[in-house]
Amino acid sequence: MAVQRVLEQRVIGPELYALTFSAPLKLSEGGYEPGQFLHLRVTDSFDFVLRRPLSLCQVHVERNALTVMYRAQGAGTRRLARLRAGDAIDVLGPLGKGFPLHAGDRRALLIGGGIGVPPLVELARHLHAQGSEVVSVIGFQTADQIILREELKAYGQVHLVTDDGTEGVRGRVTDVLTPEQCEGVTRYYACGPTPMLRAVQTVLRERDIPGYLSLEERMGCGIGICVGCVHKVRREGRESYVKTCVEGPVFPAEEVVFS
Amino acid sequence: MNLAVKVGSLHLKNPVMPASGCFSFGKEVAAFYDLSVLGAIVVKATTLDERQGNKTPRLAETAAGMLNAIGLQNPGVERVIETELPPLRKYGIPIIVNVAGNAMEDYVQVVERLNDSPDVSAIELNISCPNVKCGGIQFGTDPEMAASMVRAVKRASRTPVIVKLSPNVTSISEMALAVEEAGADAISLINTLIGMKIDIARRAPLLANGQGGLSGPAIKPIAVRMVYEVTSHVKIPVIGIGGITTGEDVVEFLLAGAQAIQVGTANFTDPLACKRIIEELHAYCDEAGVKDINTLIGAAKPHAKGRFL
Repeated sequence: MAVQRVLEQRVIGPELYALTFSAPLKLSEGGYEPGQFLHLRVTDSFDFVLRRPLSLCQVHVERNALTVMYRAQGAGTRRLARLRAGDAIDVLGPLGKGFPLHAGDRRALLIGGGIGVPPLVELARHLHAQGSEVVSVIGFQTADQIILREELKAYGQVHLVTDDGTEGVRGRVTDVLTPEQCEGVTRYYACGPTPMLRAVQTVLRERDIPGYLSLEERMGCGIGICVGCVHKVRREGRESYVKTCVEGPVFPAEEVVFS
Repeated sequence: MNLAVKVGSLHLKNPVMPASGCFSFGKEVAAFYDLSVLGAIVVKATTLDERQGNKTPRLAETAAGMLNAIGLQNPGVERVIETELPPLRKYGIPIIVNVAGNAMEDYVQVVERLNDSPDVSAIELNISCPNVKCGGIQFGTDPEMAASMVRAVKRASRTPVIVKLSPNVTSISEMALAVEEAGADAISLINTLIGMKIDIARRAPLLANGQGGLSGPAIKPIAVRMVYEVTSHVKIPVIGIGGITTGEDVVEFLLAGAQAIQVGTANFTDPLACKRIIEELHAYCDEAGVKDINTLIGAAKPHAKGRFL
């Protein structure tokens, strides 16, 4: 943990921002996983007592910098959006457990919804680098919300879905997950709103494809001391609440319980 | 310079300790700094059996504060004794175990089990958790029930008993006097204030539990006032809690009459909070020429200046 420098704040859509800052670790030495998050303090005062967990979107090894993306829809994220290049930012992380990679995977299916798409970019880069074929299915409410399509295209095929049909296929990401589309998929990775994750889990369980879900819970400390961000999992037949900040945010899809 | 204080028979190298529920059982924060710098450690509320806690959302941020409704999630007293407390031994600081339950017998049973642990320096009796239907709050709002609980736990406990009070009462001094009379060794205050946040998009309370406990800098003036008031009425030591984020905040609580303090929400904002606050307290004493921190305790009160309350 340390105070970092903002390198760039970019508007990428309505209320959507990409924030790039110096990394709190030496990226050329690794030490991070796609799917992990950075826990950002909004200001150096205590007006906002909780940090904002934002998933790692892009790693820039040459600049030793990280990019996160977020929607400024609350007071805290709107304050974050006021940061400019050169400003200081208190960054904790990368924290949590990210997306595990499996070297033998022939074809990986990446599914993202809205502001859940960002962590898939760094994941796609890693999967592509290990020789897995990457197919992305990304969904947004409407055309002007689309982010990261070109970035994902650099690693493989991208299927675009919008709720209102203003671009791509009209509907939900699960509408694209047909048996034909899932042919040959060895594993899936999903990040997005809870209703999407639940639907994806149900559909891909039927297709017998193993995968991972990156969960979204309201988070406090990010290091496992407040026990606020728990989610229910089933392990060895027993259900219990586990902390998404330290045991997640990524979990094997088969153990995640949605109530 | 002396930062050491005493809370009854407990000797603390400085007055700063984390508040229960804001530090889990210590191991996560131990990755950030050496816990031996702390005056003491107060671990998460421990109940007889394991508890899963409330449904989510359990947290909501508010202006300069937050609401929580965790619901006492903890692994139960057996696992706390076997796996959570022993790793804390190496820090050589007092370990205070916060105890919660439903009925009086639960509290007594937990305390009796804790008697067998060599790691426990004191009990903090949690009769003030607002987030579970039967989490002891019924004992925390009625002076007579509080007193009978304290008597029962005092009979059972090998170690000193600190009683953590709820601010959600008409008269905190009445509660404090009742638990002092019943034999409490010390008092800690305040637990969280009951609050609520409405999600205007869903048109429903944001927390799954409906209401939650408000903490953070927003509640500090209330806590300072209550510490000032209670320490004017009781003779037993008082540990101040509520929105402390800096060394200067600690000084404020000491001046109000607290013997020691606990840091809660600030640990969530900054894992290094307790360590930083101790350093700031040291720097304050240095700059202000305070040679013994005990000279600050209660020094804001009129009688300390030769006047009457």
